[in-house]
Amino acid sequence: MTQLLGLAIGLALLFLAAALVVVGLKLVPIEEVAEEYPPQEHPGEQQVIAELIDESGTRFTRARLFKLGLAGAGGTIGLALLAPAVSFGPLFHVGDFLRTPWRRGRRLVDENGRPLKAAEIEKENFYLAFPEGLDDEQREQVAASLVVIRLDPDQLHLPPQLKGYDAHGILAYSRICTHAGCAITLYRAPLFQPDEPRPALVCPCHYSTFDPATGGTVTFGPAGRDLPLLPLYEDSRGYLRAKGNFDGPVGPSWWGVRLWKAQP
Amino acid sequence: MRWLDERSATAPYLRKALRYLFPDHWSFLLGEVALYCFVVLVATGVYLTFFFVDSTREVVYHGSYLPLHGQKMSEAYASVVHLSLSVRAGLLIRQTHHWAANVFLAAIVLHLFRVFFTGGYRKPRELTYWLGVTMLMLSLLEAFLGYSLVDDLMSGMGLVIGYSVGLSLPFVGQNLMNWLFGGEFPGGPQLWPRMYVAHILIFPILIGMLLGAHLLLVAMRHHTQFRAKRKQTERTIVGVPAWPGQAPRSIGLLVGTAGFLFLLGGLVQINPIWLWGPYHTYASTNGAQPDWYLGWLIGGLRLMPGFDVVIGHYTLVPGPFWGGAAFPLVVFGFLYLWPWLERRFSGDVAFHNLLDRPRDAPVRTGIGVGMVSWVFLVFLAGASDRVDVTFGVGYVPQIWFYRVAVLVLPVVFGVVAWWICKDLQAGERVAADRRHAQAEARLARMRRAQDSRVDSG
Repeated sequence: MTQLLGLAIGLALLFLAAALVVVGLKLVPIEEVAEEYPPQEHPGEQQVIAELIDESGTRFTRARLFKLGLAGAGGTIGLALLAPAVSFGPLFHVGDFLRTPWRRGRRLVDENGRPLKAAEIEKENFYLAFPEGLDDEQREQVAASLVVIRLDPDQLHLPPQLKGYDAHGILAYSRICTHAGCAITLYRAPLFQPDEPRPALVCPCHYSTFDPATGGTVTFGPAGRDLPLLPLYEDSRGYLRAKGNFDGPVGPSWWGVRLWKAQP
Repeated sequence: MRWLDERSATAPYLRKALRYLFPDHWSFLLGEVALYCFVVLVATGVYLTFFFVDSTREVVYHGSYLPLHGQKMSEAYASVVHLSLSVRAGLLIRQTHHWAANVFLAAIVLHLFRVFFTGGYRKPRELTYWLGVTMLMLSLLEAFLGYSLVDDLMSGMGLVIGYSVGLSLPFVGQNLMNWLFGGEFPGGPQLWPRMYVAHILIFPILIGMLLGAHLLLVAMRHHTQFRAKRKQTERTIVGVPAWPGQAPRSIGLLVGTAGFLFLLGGLVQINPIWLWGPYHTYASTNGAQPDWYLGWLIGGLRLMPGFDVVIGHYTLVPGPFWGGAAFPLVVFGFLYLWPWLERRFSGDVAFHNLLDRPRDAPVRTGIGVGMVSWVFLVFLAGASDRVDVTFGVGYVPQIWFYRVAVLVLPVVFGVVAWWICKDLQAGERVAADRRHAQAEARLARMRRAQDSRVDSG
C-alpha cells in the first residue's frame, strides 16, 4: 500500500518534472542576457539617511533624558518578560538529581515486581532490577534501575571504601551510564579465559566500559566517572535487599557532580 | 494584470522579478534543492500533526500491530505506531517527511561546500552566508527534535544523550536542563508539548524567516557567477532571465525533488519505529545509529577519551561537553568567523561578484579540505561499531586509530589539497604560456610570409 502510493505520487511528480525540464530546455527560447550588477553602495541615500537622523536629534530637547528613559523602559520590560520564562521549570531546585528511591532494607524486584532471590542470580548473566513498590512512572527515574550480576568472590577486587557492598559476589550497579545517560544493556561475560580476561559492563551508546570487579571503574570509552554501586545483602529468606544507598550520584555528570553523595 | 497593478502598484517589481538573471551552473541548484525540501517538510509535517499526540502519558497498546500488544508506552509513541500502521498513507507521509529531513540537511551541507570553496561568502554577501550557517544550525536542532518526539527506543536514547550534553555545559548545564525539561531526566509532563511546539512552530517559523531574509539578500545583490564567458565580469552579470528561461527549470526541480522524496518515502524504509519498541530509561539497544547529520556528534562523543576536568573533588567540565558541545561549537565558530579571518589575513576587502574556482585560492581550499576531512573522520569514527559488526575489525583498535587520525590526517589532506591547487595553477600557466607562444609564433610566421611576399613583389 505504502509502496504503491509512493510509486504513484512519486512517479507522477517526476514525470511532471521531466516535462517541465523538457519545456525549459527545448521549448522556451533560451536567451542569455547581460546586465549590470547593482551598484556597490548608494552614497547619496546614505547621506540623506544620516542627515535625517542628525536633524531629528537636534530638534528635540532633553535628548539625554529621552535616551535614559528609553533604556530604562526597555530594560524593565525585558526583565518583566523574563519572569514568565522562569516558570518553565525548577531553575535552582536541583536537589532531585541526588535523590534515589533506595533505602536500607528495600528489596530488589524484577520487571514484573517479583522479588529477586540471591540463589537465582547466575554467573555470566545479567539482570534488570528495581526497588520494590514503585509504579511504572517512578521506575523511569534515573536512580531506580539496576544491573545485577554475580562474580566469583575471588575475582572481586573492590577498593577499600566499597568493601562489603557485594552480597557473596552479587553486585548491583546503577543501570544508567555516567557518560550520557543511556542504559547499560551489554554484559561482556568472559566465556574463554585467555580471550577476554575480565568481565565488563558496556553502554551501547558510546561504548563506555566499566569493570564490575573493581567497583565499576572505567576501563575504556568516554565515561569520566565510575559506575555507582548499590550495597546489597541477602536476608534470612534468601531475598536481595539494599544495604544503603549508591556510593556516588547516579546518571550523567554535571558541573560539580563529585561534591555530592546520593541521598535517600 | 492591469487589475492587479491598479490595486497593488507592483508591476515595476514584477517586471524586475521576471527579468532577474540566473547564471547557469549546476552547483547553483543545491540551495534550491534545500528550499524545495523545506517545502516538502512543511507540507508533510502539517499532515503528520493531524495524527500525532504530544503526550508521554502511559497507555497500554492494543492496536493492529500484534508484537507490541500489551506493552506499556507513551501516547506519543502509540500515536506514531498507529499513524504508521493503521492510517492510510500515514507511513508514506511519515517516511517522506523523514527522508526529506535527511536530504534537506545534505543539500544544505553541499550548498555550504559550494559557497565556501568558491568564495561565494565574500563581500558583499557575508550576511547571506551567516544567515545560511544559522539556518544549518537551527535545522540540525529541528531535525533532532523531530526524531526525539516519536519516543521510540532509538529516539529516547538520542534525547538522553542530548540531555547529557546539555547537562555537561560548565556552570549552567544542570540548571539549564532542569529548567528546560521541567526536572531531572526524563523530565516533567510539560516536556513533550514543549518539544512539539518547538518542532512544529518555533523552529519552522525561525527557519522560514531566515530563509526569506536569505533569499531577499541574494536577490538584492544578485547571484554570483563563474567567469565562463568573456562578458562575465565583476560589473556585468550574464544569465538566463527568470521568465521564461529559468522558471520551468526551477519549478521542474521543485516538482522533481518532491517526486524523488515521495519515491524514497514509498519504497525505501526509514526508521521502522514499531520494531524498536517504546523507550524506557532502563532500556537500550546495541548498534543504534542516528540519522546521518548527527553522525559527527556521536563520533565526537565516542572518540573522546573519558576526560572530566576535575580539581580536587570539584568537577569543572564533564566529559560529554568535549564531543557533544565543544566540537560543534568549534566547527560553527570556524564557519561564522571564516569570512572575517580570510579578510584579515589576505587583506582582500574588495567587492566580489565573480566566484573563485577552488584552485584559485589554494590556502582557502587547503583549510577547507582540512576542516571537512576533520569532521568527516569524526563522522566515520561514529560508525566504527557498524564496521566492527560488518567487517570484524575490532572496535577498540579502530577508535585508537581515529583518535590519532583526526589529529594528523586533516593536516595532511589540507596540505595535499593546497599543493594540488598550486600544481593546477602552474599547469594552467604553462598551458597559457604555450598558447601565447604558439600565437606569437603564428603571428611571426604570417609576418615573415607577408614580408617575403612584399620583398619578392
